[in-house]
Amino acid sequence: MTATFPDLHMPPRLLAPGGTPTDLRTHQDRYGPVPQAAADDLLRLVAESGLTGRGGAAFPVHRKLLSVAAAGHRTGRTPVVIANGAEGEPASRKDRTLLRLSPHLVLDGIQLAAAATGAGEAHLAVEEGAPDLESALTHRRDPVPVKVVRLPARFLSGQSSALARYVGGGAALPAYQNPPIRERGVHRAPTLVQNVETLAHLALIARYGPDWFRTAGTQAQPGSALCTIHTPGHEPHVVEAPFGTPLHRLMPLHGTSAVLLGGYHGTWLPTPEAASRTLDATTMGAGVLMGLPADRCGLKETAGILRYLASQSAGQCGPCLNGLPRISAAFTTLAEPGPQGSTRTDVARWSGLVEGRGACHHPDGTVRLVRSALTTFAPELDAHARGFCTENH
Amino acid sequence: MNERIDIDWTGCEAHGLCAELLPEHIELDEWGYPLVANMPLPPHTLKRARRAASDCPALALKLRVVRDT
Repeated sequence: MTATFPDLHMPPRLLAPGGTPTDLRTHQDRYGPVPQAAADDLLRLVAESGLTGRGGAAFPVHRKLLSVAAAGHRTGRTPVVIANGAEGEPASRKDRTLLRLSPHLVLDGIQLAAAATGAGEAHLAVEEGAPDLESALTHRRDPVPVKVVRLPARFLSGQSSALARYVGGGAALPAYQNPPIRERGVHRAPTLVQNVETLAHLALIARYGPDWFRTAGTQAQPGSALCTIHTPGHEPHVVEAPFGTPLHRLMPLHGTSAVLLGGYHGTWLPTPEAASRTLDATTMGAGVLMGLPADRCGLKETAGILRYLASQSAGQCGPCLNGLPRISAAFTTLAEPGPQGSTRTDVARWSGLVEGRGACHHPDGTVRLVRSALTTFAPELDAHARGFCTENH
Repeated sequence: MNERIDIDWTGCEAHGLCAELLPEHIELDEWGYPLVANMPLPPHTLKRARRAASDCPALALKLRVVRDT
């Protein structure tokens, strides 16, 4: 499942060579011990590195660390770190691959994030692989205790407010956030939620410095990111690539008509446009790239994804509860050749009604996918209205 | 510093009282949930807005202090 592309112009930083899990001794031989550094020095290193979150939002890590640390000082409550390995996105494999192959990089990163924020406890939240991680933890002598948390396998389990609630003993469901969890999260303590890949990058930045980190990527988006590549007819594989890499070097686009960039909350691009794009932190989401075979109907594919997304609504917020099933049903209609009536305008209206009106970004991500499908597959929509479909040719 | 209307979407049950109390700021969508105009509340509306917040049967309407940026 894991492979490195020989023609990518960087050796992998995060994934252990050879595709075998790295035990603690091998890890220490390769990287040396976790460097000891004062919080201020760590924060400076992260700021200079330009590291951004790899969970999909690409938020500057330095700013998040700072606000959690500041909230800790202000409130007198000791912060909590949650390493997010939930990977609820069904098309993504990168976090579980990283945790399987390089668990100690993530565990180092947790300690460094705890040191930078002054945290007194940490949690590593995963859906699978918990026993291996628990056993990896027993071999370490970490200053800050880490607990492995097993999450229910749901799309929204990895949403940050859901994580904070679950770690605090509640349900793994998104919650209204005011103040935000970076100020008041687990048991009212300032809480840092950071994707596991982000923490692994942090472990390398602390060792090799920001200048080293910036030798990959672009001036504006330094570093590299793990991507999950779905090429038609092949098992998905995980690859590490620097920002700025042309997408056509990450996956063969031949024989595809469109690419889904960023996964189920991502955007469809027609293949010619995908061929002109590069790997960009603001559009790649959590790094999923899926090619649509040229003989498949993008509307059918999208309708399937939307049925899943509607089923994964937590059902807590009215607009999402009402809007997502309607949008999904309408798309199932649009995915079949035949009369469309007012369905297209209904979808557009409902998309406007769910966007930005929920406790989490599930409606927003769903709308992003819907709008990109309506644009990218506009010719297919017109063909369906006339009774034709790509798949029936 | 100004105050804006914020909705706890996990709490809102589409009672619609807020749209009656603050018609110039809140409309209801086709399912009965509030569509809030995204602008600061003028001073003369604040009192009614506080009442809308305290009268909301689900206590889902909040007034949020926003710092001018």
